Amino acid sequence: MASSAVRASRRSRPVGRRHPLATVALLLVGLVGTGGAYALFTSSATAETSASAEALVEEGGKLFAANCATCHGLNLEGSTQGPTLIGVGAAATDFQVGTGRMPLAATGPQAEKKPVQFTDEQVQALAVFVASQGPGPAIPADMYLTGEGYDVSNGAELFRINCAMCHNVAGAGGALTEGKFAPSLDGVSAKHAYEAMLTGPQNMPVFNDTNLSPEEKADIITYLKYLDETPSVGGFTLGSLGPVSEGLFIWIFGLGAIVAITVWLTAKSN
Amino acid sequence: MADDHGDTAGSMAAGKDVAQHSATAHDAGTAVVATDEVPNPGFPPYRPRVTDLDPKVDQQQERRVSALFFVSIIGSVLAVAAYIAFPIEPGNMESVRNNTLYLGLGITLGLLGIGIGAVHWSKSLMEGHDLVEQRHGTRGSEETRAKAIEIFTLGDKESGFGRRTLLRNTLIGALVVSPLPAIVLFRDLAPAEDPVKLLKHTFWEPGMRLTRDPSGTPIKASDLTLGSAFQVIPEGINDSEHRIEEKAKAAVLLVRLKPEDLEISEGRENWSYDGIVAYSKICTHVGCPVALYEQQTHHLLCPCHQSQFDIKREAAVIFGPAKRPLPQLPIAVDSEGYLIAQSDFTEPIGPSFWERKL
Amino acid sequence: MTTTPTQDAPSKTRGQRFTSAAANYIDERTSISGAVKELGRKIFPDHWSFMLGEVALYSFVVILLSGTFLTFFFQASMVEVHYEGSYAPLKGIEMSAAMASTLDISFDIRGGLLMRQVHHWAALLFVASIGLHMLRVYFTGAYRKPREINWLIGFVLFILAMAEGFTGYSLPDDLLSGNGLRIIDGMVKGIPVIGTWISYLLFGGEFPGVDIVSRLYILHIMLLPAIIIAAIGVHMLLLIINKHTQFAAPGRTNNNVVGSPIMPVFAAKAGGFFFIVFGVITLIASTFSINPVWVYGPYDPSPVSAGTQPDWYIGFADGALRLVPPGWETEWFGFTWSFNIIAPLVILGLFIAIVAFYPFIEAWVTGDKREHHIADRPRNAPTRTAIGAAGVTFYAVLWAAASSDLIATHFKLSIEGVIHSCQALLIFGPIIAFFLTKRVCIGLQKKDREIALHGYESGRIVRLPHGEYIEVHEQLDEYERWKLVNFTDYKPLMIRPNAEGKITTGQRVRASASRWFFEDRIAPVSQKEIEQSKDGHH
Repeated sequence: MASSAVRASRRSRPVGRRHPLATVALLLVGLVGTGGAYALFTSSATAETSASAEALVEEGGKLFAANCATCHGLNLEGSTQGPTLIGVGAAATDFQVGTGRMPLAATGPQAEKKPVQFTDEQVQALAVFVASQGPGPAIPADMYLTGEGYDVSNGAELFRINCAMCHNVAGAGGALTEGKFAPSLDGVSAKHAYEAMLTGPQNMPVFNDTNLSPEEKADIITYLKYLDETPSVGGFTLGSLGPVSEGLFIWIFGLGAIVAITVWLTAKSN
Repeated sequence: MADDHGDTAGSMAAGKDVAQHSATAHDAGTAVVATDEVPNPGFPPYRPRVTDLDPKVDQQQERRVSALFFVSIIGSVLAVAAYIAFPIEPGNMESVRNNTLYLGLGITLGLLGIGIGAVHWSKSLMEGHDLVEQRHGTRGSEETRAKAIEIFTLGDKESGFGRRTLLRNTLIGALVVSPLPAIVLFRDLAPAEDPVKLLKHTFWEPGMRLTRDPSGTPIKASDLTLGSAFQVIPEGINDSEHRIEEKAKAAVLLVRLKPEDLEISEGRENWSYDGIVAYSKICTHVGCPVALYEQQTHHLLCPCHQSQFDIKREAAVIFGPAKRPLPQLPIAVDSEGYLIAQSDFTEPIGPSFWERKL
Repeated sequence: MTTTPTQDAPSKTRGQRFTSAAANYIDERTSISGAVKELGRKIFPDHWSFMLGEVALYSFVVILLSGTFLTFFFQASMVEVHYEGSYAPLKGIEMSAAMASTLDISFDIRGGLLMRQVHHWAALLFVASIGLHMLRVYFTGAYRKPREINWLIGFVLFILAMAEGFTGYSLPDDLLSGNGLRIIDGMVKGIPVIGTWISYLLFGGEFPGVDIVSRLYILHIMLLPAIIIAAIGVHMLLLIINKHTQFAAPGRTNNNVVGSPIMPVFAAKAGGFFFIVFGVITLIASTFSINPVWVYGPYDPSPVSAGTQPDWYIGFADGALRLVPPGWETEWFGFTWSFNIIAPLVILGLFIAIVAFYPFIEAWVTGDKREHHIADRPRNAPTRTAIGAAGVTFYAVLWAAASSDLIATHFKLSIEGVIHSCQALLIFGPIIAFFLTKRVCIGLQKKDREIALHGYESGRIVRLPHGEYIEVHEQLDEYERWKLVNFTDYKPLMIRPNAEGKITTGQRVRASASRWFFEDRIAPVSQKEIEQSKDGHH
């Protein structure tokens, strides 16, 4: 975290002059921050949920205007820079912002995972705001995300049929066309995995609830959790890349070690 | 046959060999036979090892080698101990891991101890002088060769193999024909049907519902949102006699695009339903399942050999070694709103084969 | 070594008496003393690269041992079963008995997973060490007369080893190997005229059928190993008859072998080395996972994994398939011609044929009928070394192409870019490698010549009385020099009319090949040159 902050400040320094909008953004962040803190402090146990939800929408709206509207439009209508967000729902927002893919840092073949720019509360506020502007898939219920009590073997089979072709059977990721790739699933949280299936971020197909029911998604998440938590039975996995890494290993380290031994073996002793 | 060459006699012999060699009878081809070669200097003097000179080091090395053998004994015993101490508890992957690791490490120690010990022994303690063995031409001596020829001639004469040409030729003919039954025998490696007919049809039939892989539940057109990708198998295939063989031909990918994105060619106007299209998943290159669907570019990628197909343009090949587009399955919707096949594929699916167009 | 009853003196200890009695017993029934006399003190020259063939042999022994263990538990059957073993994510899943028994070996038999991993790692090492051994033999010219036939046998062993590997890889009937078989099926179907039928007969019906695993199994555990063992036997027999090559060194000539005797030094070294190779394989197998079939799942024709690749030794064939440009398929006379499959098959076939017959090609070009027992230093045969480098480059590009998707994801490239680069490299890489290697070899030869004649640059600068500065050259002793000057040299063939006064086409081809081989040549230093250079210094 600290190092990334340092890097960010270094990068901004050569600009010399602050972007005119920077002050506005700073002001907004400050306002939202104090407002949020104020809201947190003042909310009593008896506060009505609807009131806090409204506050969230409002906060989300401000964050959206400051961070997202340039590309996605003030009314989520989209522009040449970014698609419309009407109807994408809270799940998509939570996934894109919560994994750091949005806001986009640079144009490339695809948006990549990077350090998240917002706090959990801010991500939530953005998600609530986007959802309020048009109905769409909601953030999944916790019951599907525990990775317990679901059918792990069904999850494994569904994973092989629907996911493995891009993400690799071990979830190690794989190549797509023109420099795009399916990312590794190592360390992806259950919530984000679920949201990705539900909303189909970027080039990933949508696996809506009629394709994979919430229970089936939970099965898949259970399997991913199993993969994550079970130690590799055979030893180091060499990146779970299959025969290519195995072949490289035997040539470089296996045969390398053996050749080193043959040199010792045939060298004249002192 | 092998002499110690530590003495000067050996060196001189080696020098002489060179001279003899240049006089051998074989044709040297385009090799330059040097007349003014640098002479072979003979063997350099033996460089004694520490163990040759210092008995103390000799003893130290001996102790070291036996220590290695002792390590090997410990390793093998440890492997047996690990076999007992790290049993496999069914379902506990950690236990499998430990069993493999510790058993393996014990055996490794047992093997490497012997190996390194033996090599060390040979290098530091066994007699270290190089020995010399003379080579002789690989061909047999003239005498031996003459004898061999004589035996063959005698064999020919006594059997009449060269003389009785009728006998000889019919024998050769019989030998050539005799393996024929073996070729016929292998016909029944495969069933009696004609493979070409089988390859031209799949499990799909008119009116058959498209169902989810692997559950086999039917799919409504309304189940597909934009960007959806369904892995599809025909209804009832899970109960069919040749489930896997049929699935290997009938697997389908079902996706929904905006209808205006589809470029539909003549004759296929009613093969899709409201932007929903179904294509064979079996690559037309060598048959891998092509299922890497990019919902924004509408490209399909084969993970085996990177052929790419464009769903917008009826799965035309846009990259890679495949030639033909993926065959399209004509689909429609039945009265209950479920997606059905209008017919089987209209061309053979999967990799090309010789009789494909017949 | 061998004893006769008369030598059995009463002064011997009990152990000695037992040994001699046992030796006598055996010899009187087998006349083994003759074999011991012939072979016991045979000489083997020492060089690290001479041990590579042994690595292959020892890995093969390890494969036989671990494989035998596996056969006790493996069921080579494609009968559908519901897995009820202890790996949770596959419980209740339908799979073949082959896959289920592989899972049982991995999870329910102590040491089973270790043996599977030993078997698979040893198999990878087996093929890799054969490859390296072949490269050693090639680059040192050790395939020349009288060893051409042994090169062919070794080549056959290499092909058989790959066949063993592929059949074994396919046995567990998992998703990865199943898709591998599917690719084989697609390739076979692409063969003109007979393809469809060969696939049909091979799989016992339509792909995948229910027979392929048991058929591959019998090839894998009986037919192929039997042929391999027989071929190894002949390979070793010819090694004993031809005796091992050796590098040029003082005292060594084309007519002798210098090194350690089998009894005891070489036996101890080689025997110890067996245990070392076995130990290294076991170490790798106990710490590194290989072919985790439970992650791949059972074979099902619908799914596939990103990064579907064969084991490394089949990679070059997979790469060749990937590099075919789009559209190489056509219909002629109503039949389908899959050039996207035929072309790679033909190119790989040619490549392999050149490897197999190279010794005969070179022998024809040089016309050299003498026996060669001194291994060349690669630099002293620049054209051969350059051809080898080109071949290695060609193979390496194909091999790299087989992992084009992994290269793309790991180096943040586009898959299309990687494939286009590989296509270009496949054509230009070998050409560049050829010229580069040849230049480097000739450069090294020139340097050797320089050193042989004038010695090393010592780095010591001396000022002569008349003011000139010179660097003192350290002269080589005659032993060091010998290694630099002792090699065979060829010159291009001159075309001469034959007995009928004609110049045949064959002669012309041979002459141009010979020119290509030996045009740029650096002759070995002669005695006269050395004397002249000495005079020059004094």
